Amino acid sequence: MDASTKLELQKTACRIRMGVIEGTFHAKSGHPGGSLSIADDLAYLYWKEMRVDPANPAWPDRDRFVLSKGHCVPALYAALALKGYFPWDEIKSLRHTGALLQGHPDMKHIPGIDMSTGSLGQGISAACGMALAGKLDQKDYRVYSILGDGEIEEGQVWEAAMFAAHYKLDNLCVIVDNNGLQIDGPVADVMSPYPIGDKFAAFGWHVITVDGHDFDQLEAAFHEAKTIQGKPVVLVQKSVKGKGVSFMENQVSWHGSAPNAEQYEIAMAELKAALAQLDAQ
Amino acid sequence: MSELKKIATRESYGNALAELAPKYPDLVVLDADLAAATKTGIFKKSCPERFFDCGIAEANMMGVAAGLAAAGKTVFASSFAMFAAGRAFEVVRNSIGYPHLNVKIGATHAGISVGEDGATHQCCEDFALMQAIPGMVVISPADDVEARAAVEAAINYKGPVYLRFGRLAVPVFNDPKTYHFEMGKGVTLRNGSDLTIIATGLMVWEAVLAAEELAKEGISARVINIHTIKPLDRELVVKAAKETGKILTVEEHNVIGGLGSAVCSVVAEEAPCKVRKLGIQDVFGMSGPAAELLDKFGLTAKNIVVQAKELLG
Repeated sequence: MDASTKLELQKTACRIRMGVIEGTFHAKSGHPGGSLSIADDLAYLYWKEMRVDPANPAWPDRDRFVLSKGHCVPALYAALALKGYFPWDEIKSLRHTGALLQGHPDMKHIPGIDMSTGSLGQGISAACGMALAGKLDQKDYRVYSILGDGEIEEGQVWEAAMFAAHYKLDNLCVIVDNNGLQIDGPVADVMSPYPIGDKFAAFGWHVITVDGHDFDQLEAAFHEAKTIQGKPVVLVQKSVKGKGVSFMENQVSWHGSAPNAEQYEIAMAELKAALAQLDAQ
Repeated sequence: MSELKKIATRESYGNALAELAPKYPDLVVLDADLAAATKTGIFKKSCPERFFDCGIAEANMMGVAAGLAAAGKTVFASSFAMFAAGRAFEVVRNSIGYPHLNVKIGATHAGISVGEDGATHQCCEDFALMQAIPGMVVISPADDVEARAAVEAAINYKGPVYLRFGRLAVPVFNDPKTYHFEMGKGVTLRNGSDLTIIATGLMVWEAVLAAEELAKEGISARVINIHTIKPLDRELVVKAAKETGKILTVEEHNVIGGLGSAVCSVVAEEAPCKVRKLGIQDVFGMSGPAAELLDKFGLTAKNIVVQAKELLG
């Protein structure tokens, strides 16, 4: 990846992170930790990878994105707002009564949301259905879905994993965001999902391991994914929960709590400084 | 009356899907390793490229159905009522109901007439579960003619529909030449003034037979077939309450949360009258031949007659 493209993606990811802090602060609730860990994925997917048209969110030939770990939607809302699906200011009323942006993705009302999710383990099944529809209609759109590493403790994920491999859904690309933490603690302690890659491989998937914050690796992984035929692809990505905000990084307590005014100022100052540094490059 | 042909509504379901396949190119059918029993196997045979077995994984099947529908397909997802409405409830609620996707849940083997498989497979809670999901239409056809018509009506309705079919062969009393299915509209099969028997599914024909018996004893019973549990035909129920003053509901479902409860809530609000609920009295079923179980649990024309007389005092 050339330096200028990478720089732009880094800036975009930084803006997505600012949206996460903005949204959860104004909501006084939400899930900043896991939202921050997928900001780089969303920057890459929406700015480099996916065929989408913000002016035509229901375009039948678009690539689909299903946020199976739906609680991390603050990051997705920020990405969609930056893409122009809806005004950035909507983020400031995230989770407010009567507002557009619901606490979890709502495909009925929010432009750019391809599937309503939030109950863990369900998004991947819907993604399978979309991928199957693409095969049936002989369309070339692809379906992307991000799952949490805690989420894959849900049995339905493995029903879906079996299904995707059985029907050879090579137009499906799943990312498992292995930030290592879930609400009750480290995933290894709560209910170990490890080894993640070996499990998917045993279910018949093509497995790619990747650093979820390295755009060169993400680019190589998504390119490789498109070359795989006859199998669904999973990117098992090592990531940092709370990435980009110093006091949130690798802290399980930031799974599901919002920053207060003081924390908001510190977090935004850090992200603004990071963005200024990128702008100066 | 005994010469009426008998067909299980699950058979009607499978046949309807297969017959409608050419007319509706977006129709896709899913099953969870029960195609031979739910009769979606009939569709699979005629239209294999649009049939997908999901294996014994009902939760994933409902999610796959949601994804297919989100991509423009009209999807029927099938299993036994116990697993479609029961096991997969929360997926149906969140992945299908909440986004109001165009998924039809074809649930067969409902009620105690499943028979020998026993209580684990006898779902008498599906109306309660499915009715409670906002925007979900709940249909319970009474015979072959109605079941086939309901399948096509469900296809033409954009949104989630739960369809309940039975395992047991039941009399075909509707005339396919004149029958017209209108979602949400009850059907008055017999007029009467002393009481109204409101039935659904395989209990409808039993209600008709009971009304004939009652007539012999000078009791005039109105019979209403409620094939759409939700949205309920409130107008027809209120009219019956006002005109006959007493209502007997009959269903192969728990008396909690089913047709009887739905009727009670309407009459309580709009035309209070005495209602007796005949159904499964908040107990689990058991193994046995279907006809014996229906008799044991009082779901027969004979018992409807008894209950009607008691209700009239």
